[in-house]
Amino acid sequence: MNMHTKITDNGVDVAALIGAKEAFVGAPEAAQFDWRASCEWMNGTHSRASVQGYFGLGEEQQHKREFIFDADHPEVFAAEDNGATPVEYVLVGLASCLTAGVASVAQYRNIQLNSVTATVSGNMDVRGILGMDSDVRNGFNSIDVEFHIDADASAEDIEALVAQSQKRSAVFDVIANPTNIRVSTK
Amino acid sequence: MNATIRPLMGSVTTVVIGAGQAGLAMSACLSERDIAHVVLERGEVANSWRKERWDSLRLLTPRWQSRLPGHRYQGNDPDGYMDMPELVGFMTDYASSIRAPVYKGVNVTEVCAGDQGYRVVTDQGEWRCRTLVLATGAYNIPVVPELAAGLPAHLATHTTQNYRNPGQLSEGGVMVVGASATGLQLAREIQRSGREVTLAVGEHVRMPRNYRGKDILWWMDRIGLMDERYDEVEDLNRARRLPSAQLAGGDEDLDLNSLTAQGVKLVGRLSGVRDGVAQFSGSLNNVCRLADLKMKRLLTGVDQWAQDSAMVAGSSEIEQMQATRMDENPRLQMDLNSGEIDTVVWATGFRPDYSWLRVPVLDAKGRLRHDGGVVDAPGLYAMGLPFMRRRKSGFLDGVADDARDISDHLSAYVRRRPARKQRCVTGAARWVTG
Repeated sequence: MNMHTKITDNGVDVAALIGAKEAFVGAPEAAQFDWRASCEWMNGTHSRASVQGYFGLGEEQQHKREFIFDADHPEVFAAEDNGATPVEYVLVGLASCLTAGVASVAQYRNIQLNSVTATVSGNMDVRGILGMDSDVRNGFNSIDVEFHIDADASAEDIEALVAQSQKRSAVFDVIANPTNIRVSTK
Repeated sequence: MNATIRPLMGSVTTVVIGAGQAGLAMSACLSERDIAHVVLERGEVANSWRKERWDSLRLLTPRWQSRLPGHRYQGNDPDGYMDMPELVGFMTDYASSIRAPVYKGVNVTEVCAGDQGYRVVTDQGEWRCRTLVLATGAYNIPVVPELAAGLPAHLATHTTQNYRNPGQLSEGGVMVVGASATGLQLAREIQRSGREVTLAVGEHVRMPRNYRGKDILWWMDRIGLMDERYDEVEDLNRARRLPSAQLAGGDEDLDLNSLTAQGVKLVGRLSGVRDGVAQFSGSLNNVCRLADLKMKRLLTGVDQWAQDSAMVAGSSEIEQMQATRMDENPRLQMDLNSGEIDTVVWATGFRPDYSWLRVPVLDAKGRLRHDGGVVDAPGLYAMGLPFMRRRKSGFLDGVADDARDISDHLSAYVRRRPARKQRCVTGAARWVTG
């Protein structure tokens, strides 16, 4: 139901998203995107990744600027702690993907958001990555996401927002479902 | 089979539990050292080989690699592979030739520490012994992953312990889980039976049956790999858990390429079942690459040895093995309610059964704490476990050296600290098999 009397502004351009969807119907190849990052070893477990170019809408694209991400391990791993750990970046990706989804879905459903915070935690038994016990997996045993949302909507509608954001989340899918990975050395 | 006097209980220096190759080899070595002993067997000699394996199984090792203490293959096809009836005959002959004091059909229900050693409680009475050898093997209970609980109820499931032949299965598709020797052998024969097979492939060990004109196990034996010791290997835990190499007792190569040529579909490790959908890991490419690299390392070692050794140098050409082929984007999911498969066969390994062992020698994961078969309790020993003392420990050909080592240790233990009242069982000495 569209309520024209209420002006919702979550800063999401729903009209543009709907326009893109319509354009992709006629040109599905334009919907093929390649997302990229490159990563350079610095020292120890410290590496620096950068993100700038990507492919989409049928051609090479550029972010407005290059984004840099230092990754390392904390001192309890006898490392220098020059950045977040790679698994924390995974949590960052999940939280920001779901949060973006909440904002977009809220805009589309005409729900005004006042504040949204998400806290994410992943439980891991590091005996896996240390190769101490082959029954222990390397990755997270489980991931918990907790949203605190203040919005002009009922608790039930907010619940539905969060559910829908998971349904349409790329990172949620990447983590919850298997993906083929090809690693090569050149 | 007949017996003269047969006490079903008593006191003896050593009790050996299990009359497979490990228990019998141990019996031969104990007799050589004049250690009075009995061998308790829940069924018959070579019981697991008789009753708990599939029909087409042949030993992975060639017949000549059956060198037991005081017994070896004498026939005219040493390079062939024994089927189960032949193996059972071979072991039964062995038990007779060494006059092993085997008590058949005796179920051990409990083992606990006793006054001067151990009490072995059976369904037919109790034995007391100073020393005890656990030769029950590592392949007692099929391991089935926890995710099996999520399978739709209409699917039939088999383990490699109760699978016999494709005729047991319904006509529909089959998912075989596991890419060890067993998984590949079953995938091959089930696909040949006309059923569509999907094989879930995790970490595995690839080897050609023959390389440069010789059986790969001939090379491994000759190079000394089979004799590599447990205290020399880099990662013993890993070595002990390694899945069996992709081999079959026969001349054909058995690898993932031969299966895909036959029409078997490869998917990654079965990593989960959610809402009736099986999920396969995206690591298929990685595990195949790793297995190819490790095989290459093994064969390069063979080539190096061949080059250094005058005996076979130049006798045959270096062979190039093909890389494992797979789809660029292997399938990641299968709807288990779609009718694509009717059956799941778990070829996911075995674990030992120590449920009757009431001696605190298991670690937190239920594994026996031992140093090369010398268990962490005085007078208690193991035999026949994978890589127990050597790479070959889990093979028929590997129990001989281990049995000699363990019986030396056992004999020194018994003689160093004689029990106050050492009694030999009368029946054991007079036990006659025929």
